[in-house]
Amino acid sequence: MSVPVSRSDWAGVLVNGALVGFAVASLAPLVWMLSVSFMPAGEASSLPPPLLPSAPTLDNYRLLFSRMGIGSYALNSLLIALLVTLLSLLFNTLAGYAFAKLTFHGRERLFQSLLGALVIPAQVAMMPLFLLLKEMGLVNSIGGVVVPAMASVFGIFLVRQYTRGIPDELLEAARIDGAGEFRIFWQIVLPLLKPVLVTLATFTFLGSWNDFMWPLIVLSDSGLHTLPVALSNLAREHVQDSELMMAGAVLTVLPVLLLFLALQRYYLQGLLLGSVKG
Amino acid sequence: MNRLLQRCLLWVILLSILVPGCSRLDQPAAGTTLRFWAMGREAEAVAALIPEFERRHPGVRVALQQLPWTAAHAKLLTAYASDALPDVLQLGNTWVPEFAMLNALLPLEVRATRSATVVQQDYFAGIWATNVVDGTLYGVPWYVDTRLLFYRRDLLRKAGFDHPPQSWDEWLTMQAAIKAQVGEQAYAVLLPLNEFEPLLALSLQQAEPLLREGGRYGNFRHPDLQRSLAFYARMFELGYAPRASNTQIANPWTEFGRGYFSFYISGPWNIAEFQQRLPPELQSAWMTAPLPGPDGPGASIAGGSSLVISRQSAQPDLAWRLIEYLSEPAVQRAFHQRVGDMPPRRSSWDTSSLADDVYAQAFRDQLERAKPPPAVPEWERIATEMRLVGELLVHGKLDVAGAADELDRRTDRILEKRRWMLQNGSLASPVMEERP
Amino acid sequence: MTASRAAWCFISPALLVIGVFFLLPAAASLLLSLTDFDLYALADPANLRWVGFANYLELLQRPLFWQALGNTLYFVVVGVPVSMGVSLLAAVLLQDSAARCRAFFRTALFAPVVTTVVAVAVIWRYLFHTRYGWINHVLAGVGIDPVDWLGDPHWAMPTLILFAVWKNFGYNMIILLAGLQAIPADLYEAARIDGANRWQQFRHITLPSLQPMLMMVAILTTAGYFQLFAEPYVITEGGPVQSTLSVLYLMFEEGFKWWNLGMASAVAFSLFALMLFVTLILTRLFRSRHE
Repeated sequence: MSVPVSRSDWAGVLVNGALVGFAVASLAPLVWMLSVSFMPAGEASSLPPPLLPSAPTLDNYRLLFSRMGIGSYALNSLLIALLVTLLSLLFNTLAGYAFAKLTFHGRERLFQSLLGALVIPAQVAMMPLFLLLKEMGLVNSIGGVVVPAMASVFGIFLVRQYTRGIPDELLEAARIDGAGEFRIFWQIVLPLLKPVLVTLATFTFLGSWNDFMWPLIVLSDSGLHTLPVALSNLAREHVQDSELMMAGAVLTVLPVLLLFLALQRYYLQGLLLGSVKG
Repeated sequence: MNRLLQRCLLWVILLSILVPGCSRLDQPAAGTTLRFWAMGREAEAVAALIPEFERRHPGVRVALQQLPWTAAHAKLLTAYASDALPDVLQLGNTWVPEFAMLNALLPLEVRATRSATVVQQDYFAGIWATNVVDGTLYGVPWYVDTRLLFYRRDLLRKAGFDHPPQSWDEWLTMQAAIKAQVGEQAYAVLLPLNEFEPLLALSLQQAEPLLREGGRYGNFRHPDLQRSLAFYARMFELGYAPRASNTQIANPWTEFGRGYFSFYISGPWNIAEFQQRLPPELQSAWMTAPLPGPDGPGASIAGGSSLVISRQSAQPDLAWRLIEYLSEPAVQRAFHQRVGDMPPRRSSWDTSSLADDVYAQAFRDQLERAKPPPAVPEWERIATEMRLVGELLVHGKLDVAGAADELDRRTDRILEKRRWMLQNGSLASPVMEERP
Repeated sequence: MTASRAAWCFISPALLVIGVFFLLPAAASLLLSLTDFDLYALADPANLRWVGFANYLELLQRPLFWQALGNTLYFVVVGVPVSMGVSLLAAVLLQDSAARCRAFFRTALFAPVVTTVVAVAVIWRYLFHTRYGWINHVLAGVGIDPVDWLGDPHWAMPTLILFAVWKNFGYNMIILLAGLQAIPADLYEAARIDGANRWQQFRHITLPSLQPMLMMVAILTTAGYFQLFAEPYVITEGGPVQSTLSVLYLMFEEGFKWWNLGMASAVAFSLFALMLFVTLILTRLFRSRHE
């Protein structure tokens, strides 16, 4: 079917123009954040508000690292995110595989009830969880953030969805050959799950790095604070130092943004996998 | 089956090492570390005084942590609930009854009596008294705090006045004159909506107490206290004060310098701040003055902070030595010079710097008329409600009578448990007494 | 070792963690909400009182609870449709045959989703500053008076909604994009031959095909928006005049600021009940539309 040339041109301009508009709206605040972080103190609070630093300086970053100790907060965030990712990867994969490929009594019903648990908002459990962790001596420690996050229904669900694609014959053959269940999981299934493992790892790492509410509650000692918590403290204490705040925001956002850019294929894939019901 | 079980066990063992290991990762290093939490600018200032203490006590390291004031109360309670309170901490003196009730504080009676440095008679009696709960001493006053009037005397002079206001009426007249001068885009006074202190100070200026019957019920409906609410609201109604919080003013010091507002109710720490942040040509343009009251010079909040020792501290003696160090008059003077907070003991006042400090004159004057808020554990909560209802009042959502009713309603609800416990005898005697 | 035994070995670690650190506390929360656990009880368990449903009754009588509920519902009722609308528009644009540099745009539009809420909330606070913020500067350029975005009770919540939409629209966009890609091209071809214009194609092919996906996205987004907390906590601290106080913020303040754990648990459970109710209604609604 022929379309007049001018109409498709017009459509192209409209569509791409709109997309450019969207992109600007999405990225402009982040770009501005970067710009302000290089401004000398006080410049951002002037009229008219500047777009670019008049004299770019690394002072804000220097201050954050030397006086505010942001390096240790970043390390805390990294440590927690890594621990959570590794441990939850292990637990969720084991469980997800079992729910997908190992038959046992009550498997489907158990899984359905787990899915039902997704409805309960996490905040409902927070206060008793705090008291429980206090009894276990995990409050105000890295463990207090890591331990409750060692498994998640979403992770199990994701792995299960993906694992169902593995042909049963493969596993049967291995069983006939006399391999134990754990051997089968470790040597045959796990390598096949690599894509979903990367996806889950990306999801979990991002989620843990960005987690704010629970670390805020559990970590009292400022030495243990993660980047988001430290940033919110700084934001309340140094509300007038916008340039400093933006530098802190850059340090918090940049790692995950870069990680996302590197692994976006897996992340987006996982997003779809988790959302489209099997 | 064995292999599988073996593997399972292996993981369980691994995790049982790893997980508690994580919690121990962040334990302080071996050796003597004294944990000390302080708030806001005081924390920044005391950091400079710590090295001398460490020099006097070789092998001891003081780990100082700074808490923002806006989150301090909640953080302290969370730390208490997590058994994570530090050895020494700064506590707002209105919080002492609360933490004493929680059994979080070590009684200091005996240590204070035996101490050569912390001498009760040297302290201002009213301030010392705020640290005594049910006859036991729980804290040592660190600095004394109140709310003063900071004002631009050059702008005031331009409006035709050569002295600070002495009463509410005079103050309103001055504000009107300044407002006429600065026009629509600026204001006469800044009363930040995220602070309860201005409204509290105005309320304390009435002779009536804020709570009645031994701290069982709110007293805000009393006509005198309603007068304070009305005066507070009036300044916003007439356009003399912006309906804004501190965070929305971005930089209060710069704005003060720019004449965005000419009166500011704030504390003595801002003396140092204004001296640092305002340009030299404006240094003679501002001054402090005691708060004007309903019929003459008025009262203000007897605030301040105390140093307390947590009951869970493993090294109470060392903690006490830190408190003694910070209570030495020389150290208090150095502290004052850094942050502008006023020392709570007479001998620390007795120096040339404080005697000459023109800005401190107003403070000493105000100290004569400083009143503490009610000493109930729920006070922090009630103060927050004062701020919230004050905000509703200012935004026109409640009129004065409605605000007083609402404040009483909320206060009564907050105090319900207290009433039950007093009735039951679970709480000794009412902590609050009639203060002079 | 039977497969069954192995299976239990495999799932026990995860089940243990979820059971002990989530389900158990959630159940305990229900119990806690029936007591008046507060600071006094924290100091000495003997001060704990069993109060039955008194917390819930008191909540229902507390204007602040209704305010928080109203704020949260405002956020959900306005935020979800706006967010979904923006996501759908973005997805449609990306899917359009005229679009270029798809990969770049997809990444750019998704970027806000992975950023930390706290960090971008701080950015937002400065962007919307009354005097020095860029937004008011731009508005002034077109002759509009500066708006007190975060200080005016009428504008604070819309600003937060805008923030939430900006931050999250990329997420649903990806999902809807996948849905759009799954629609067979010949449906559109046939419609075009029949003379339908773009808008008609959208209404009669795109929307119906996306129905199940839209329903799921709506439910997930609604559930997520009910849990509004980080944005008011960082940007407005619940103000001004508590116009941005959400139910979860109320729970946080009751629980971790004042340590009224009994009351806080009651708030949490009320929110849960509400979310369950709304989700069920939404599911019913969509299911009946679908038939």
